Amino acid sequence: MLALLSDQPLLAALSALLGLGAIFGALLGFAAIRFRVEGNPISDQINAILPQTQCGQCGYPGCRPYSEAIADGDAINKCPPGGEETIQALADLLDVEPQPLDAEHGIEKEPVVAWIREDECIGCTKCIQACPVDAILGAAKVMHTVIADECTGCDLCIEPCPVDCIDLIPRKEGIGFWHWPLPEDRAPRFDIIATDTLARDAA
Amino acid sequence: MSLLKVTSPHASGQSRVSAVMRDVLLATLPGVVVLTAYFGPGTLVNIVFGGLIAVGCEYAIVALRGRDPKVAVGDLSVLVTSTLLCIALPPYAPWWLIAIGVLTSVLLGKQVFGGLGYNPFNPAMVGYVVLLISFPVQMSAWASPRGLAEVPGLMDTFRHLFAPTTIDAVTAATPLDLLRQNTGLLFDDLLTSSPELTGWGGIGWFEANLAFLLGGTWLLYRRVFTWHAPIAMLAAVAICALMGYDGGSSQSGGSALFHLFSGATMFAAFFIVTDPVSSAVSNKGRLIFGALIGVLIYLIRTLGNYPDAVAFAVLILNFCAPFIDHYTQPKVYGTGSRES
Amino acid sequence: MRQIHDIHGGIHPPERKALSRPGELEPAPLPPVLVLPLRQHLGVPALPIVNVGDRVLGGQTIAEAQGVMSVPVHAPTSGTVTAIEARSIAHASGLQDQCIVIETDGQHEWLSFTGITEWRALDAAALVEHVRAAGVAGMGGAGFPTAVKLNPGPTRPIETLLVNGTECEPYITADDTLMQCQADELIEGAQILAHIVSAESILIGIEDNKPDAIASVEAAIARSGAEIELATFPTKYPSGGEKQIIEILTGHQVPSGGIPADIGLVCVNPGTAVAAKRAIIDGVPLTHRIVTLTGEALASPQNVTACLGTPITALLTHAGLNAAPQQRIIHGGPMMGFAVSDLNAPITKITNCLLAPTPTELPLPEPAKPCIRCGHCAEACPASLLPQQLYWYARAKDQEQLAEHRLFDCIECGACAYVCPSQIPLVQYYRAAKGQIRDSEQEKRRSDNSRERFEARQVRLETEAAEREAKRAARKAAAQSKAAEDGADPIQAAIERAKARKAEQASEPEQTP
Ligand code: SF4
Ligand code: SF4
Ligand code: SF4
Ligand code: SF4
Repeated sequence: MLALLSDQPLLAALSALLGLGAIFGALLGFAAIRFRVEGNPISDQINAILPQTQCGQCGYPGCRPYSEAIADGDAINKCPPGGEETIQALADLLDVEPQPLDAEHGIEKEPVVAWIREDECIGCTKCIQACPVDAILGAAKVMHTVIADECTGCDLCIEPCPVDCIDLIPRKEGIGFWHWPLPEDRAPRFDIIATDTLARDAA
Repeated sequence: MSLLKVTSPHASGQSRVSAVMRDVLLATLPGVVVLTAYFGPGTLVNIVFGGLIAVGCEYAIVALRGRDPKVAVGDLSVLVTSTLLCIALPPYAPWWLIAIGVLTSVLLGKQVFGGLGYNPFNPAMVGYVVLLISFPVQMSAWASPRGLAEVPGLMDTFRHLFAPTTIDAVTAATPLDLLRQNTGLLFDDLLTSSPELTGWGGIGWFEANLAFLLGGTWLLYRRVFTWHAPIAMLAAVAICALMGYDGGSSQSGGSALFHLFSGATMFAAFFIVTDPVSSAVSNKGRLIFGALIGVLIYLIRTLGNYPDAVAFAVLILNFCAPFIDHYTQPKVYGTGSRES
Repeated sequence: MRQIHDIHGGIHPPERKALSRPGELEPAPLPPVLVLPLRQHLGVPALPIVNVGDRVLGGQTIAEAQGVMSVPVHAPTSGTVTAIEARSIAHASGLQDQCIVIETDGQHEWLSFTGITEWRALDAAALVEHVRAAGVAGMGGAGFPTAVKLNPGPTRPIETLLVNGTECEPYITADDTLMQCQADELIEGAQILAHIVSAESILIGIEDNKPDAIASVEAAIARSGAEIELATFPTKYPSGGEKQIIEILTGHQVPSGGIPADIGLVCVNPGTAVAAKRAIIDGVPLTHRIVTLTGEALASPQNVTACLGTPITALLTHAGLNAAPQQRIIHGGPMMGFAVSDLNAPITKITNCLLAPTPTELPLPEPAKPCIRCGHCAEACPASLLPQQLYWYARAKDQEQLAEHRLFDCIECGACAYVCPSQIPLVQYYRAAKGQIRDSEQEKRRSDNSRERFEARQVRLETEAAEREAKRAARKAAAQSKAAEDGADPIQAAIERAKARKAEQASEPEQTP
């Protein structure tokens, strides 16, 4: 065997490569078994990724039911609030190909919160019943208000309101929410902003 | 007036990729001159011919990928790849050998991964190994040094490129071949047994190694790379050779000086191992990276089937670089001890 | 002599400090309109307490702090409030933020202030309150509320008050000028701050490229007779980073994710020390600051004392801006500053420099090339990070690896991008990645909270349903037992009742349309 190998350099090289491959494969396999994370049931892990907007756009009454449906084999691209990011995370978790968001269920939008125009509210409590996360406060016949920190922007309270006094306003606006965007590849490294400040000053 | 919006930092240093590559090319000059002086214009012709093919190939492929080919060629990295490969090829190689090598380097070694910066393996070595495995005969046909044989002139060499029969009997065994084929002689006797082996590393070989050492030192001085990988590799080769020397019996692996100054040792240390893209990233990682290459070079030289082993050693360690990186992250400011 | 330690990495960009003639200080002209952002510091914006149309006096509080991480705003001179609205501010985003706009009247009418000369008799809490009320925020660049910094808590005893006079960024000479012109106030301020945090020693660190500042601080220390140590160390960027100067002068590192107080230090900018002195001894709030106006596009680069809220354009015009058709105006220094996108934006408490370079002076960056993993960036990184790996993972949005490679220990100094031969805007990648990670952490918190609330609601609905069910069952049981007593079948009875109702309905005429 050894003699054969030393006579045939090509064979030797090939067998060396194969051997290396086998060794590294075994190592990786071992590592995968040895360091595997024991985890929650898969539906819990899926639920942890879903955005918990609880809007029902996926066709299920909330994120947990959808997570169970995914665990049972439903498609992973039905959650518009989660958007591409959630689909990617689900694809990573489940080791499947990410698909584009299924437009049938809606499109990805800026995050919003509900805002009740309080002087128009008649205190009918309909929105309280609709809210999936109990984020609306109020009692019968008095004005209601949304706890902005708890509101998921699910849109479910808009429809029941008889006087249409609930608006959805962007949740992340203003300087406090801004952060640098990732630079774009091969884009010019500067922007030009037209301004007439100095011209005006000179005038 | 309009305002320009640019991200910080607004000041930038002098270093540029094309300048780095230009420096590397310049640093190969002493070595190429010495090789030409001793083995004739073969290497020079290799480099010119290989460079033309490489630039053409890179230009075409980058244009096909919808990027700006002038930018890609302008960074000179493709010339560095082809030049390094062509230095490693035997002088007076046939044109197709060079062409296949260069094309493999550029296409298989670099562009399939996405071009400069994305290649996990040293492109020049990818080309070299493919040639070595596919065409072992042509790849081991190294030229005889001046003084032992007639060295062809420049025109002959060009003619030879396309009509490989015009020059014959220019090939000779390299010192490393002689060492590997040695069966009965004590190491010191071996050195005197053959005219090729005069000097520490063999005629021409010693001088070429010195020249590459010179070029490498200049690159170090220019801070093109840090000392870690090359010095670690040289140290590892030397230490292994010392351990395997056993006073110079016929079984010995050859002296440390011989290993340092023969074959492609210095060329590898300063021009191959230092390829930043495919090596480990941290200084500590590069120490390990270089040292392991050194060990492998020695082992393959003395135990393996191939006389010189740089290409295999480098490729294997390129493969290991991510693992090395994982275990050699430097200690970050403020982290007394890194948790794993 | 204190032992000076070296830090990892660092670079030596051209300093260009002489351009703005450090040591000479002039007041800037009063602009007709001042725009005072409610957030000139790190934290929660201040709350306006004046109304449009109010006349305000110099030094008057016009917006008060909202909570601990907030700093009040004062009128820098007398005038009338003409608007409280969103205006362009000097911010990397180019976005607008709430500001109070004051039309100045040129009367310079000020409130009268009484200072505290016997500050040594007061306890720390009272002094901190004065510092807070005077609106002092870190003047080195980040604008951290000083009162918060002076309150490290009982678990963190402070040994040393460190005054960071490094000013390592090229071009900027505001601190240099301050140390030359206001050295006595600086020393007094440092003593007050040390008293507040009960530090045993005071240490002032200055880079050795400022011999005049060193001499004048040395003289001021001698005059004060206080025991204050002055340490000088070699010039290198970014020695002035808080963590870096601490390592240089003490040899200790601030633990990752920690603050200097964790190792017994409070580190302040000289400008902050002077502001603290004025807040305590003179009782005067922070309404002005020293700004370096520099760059070759200015006819007369200089240092000025300007009112907070002065529009950038007024200062640049004062210094003789000779703008190119496409001009870059940098707020801060060339390494960490950002390009402003509206020259009407005002200067704030953190504005130490306005830089107007010519295109040859600071050439525009070339398009980025791929990273060749040359490692120059890792050589230059003062935090010993691997910028090339961070860059890779930031592109891949791999948050796990970014954490593993300690993205959040990056101080955004820009040394890596400075040396990068591929001209990659590395710092922007890190800023973006940090922003994304903070965002997704926040979203995670939100969604965890929503999940809990959703599940709590499910439980509530279920228990309510169960209760209803139980009640129904109870009623049914009661009815059954009653029926058993009456001897009649309840179902039969119900059917009877329904029949009766139907008959009744049928006999009535249709009422509803
Ligand atoms: S679509 Fe709405 S309810 Fe469904 S998983 Fe997404 S957020 Fe949850
Ligand atoms: S549904 Fe509309 S009107 Fe009724 S309580 Fe809610 S907000 Fe008020
Ligand atoms: S300096 Fe630039 S090119 Fe070099 S390793 Fe760092 S990021 Fe890559
Ligand atoms: S910007 Fe961050 S990664 Fe770059 S050198 Fe500074 S600390 Fe290091």
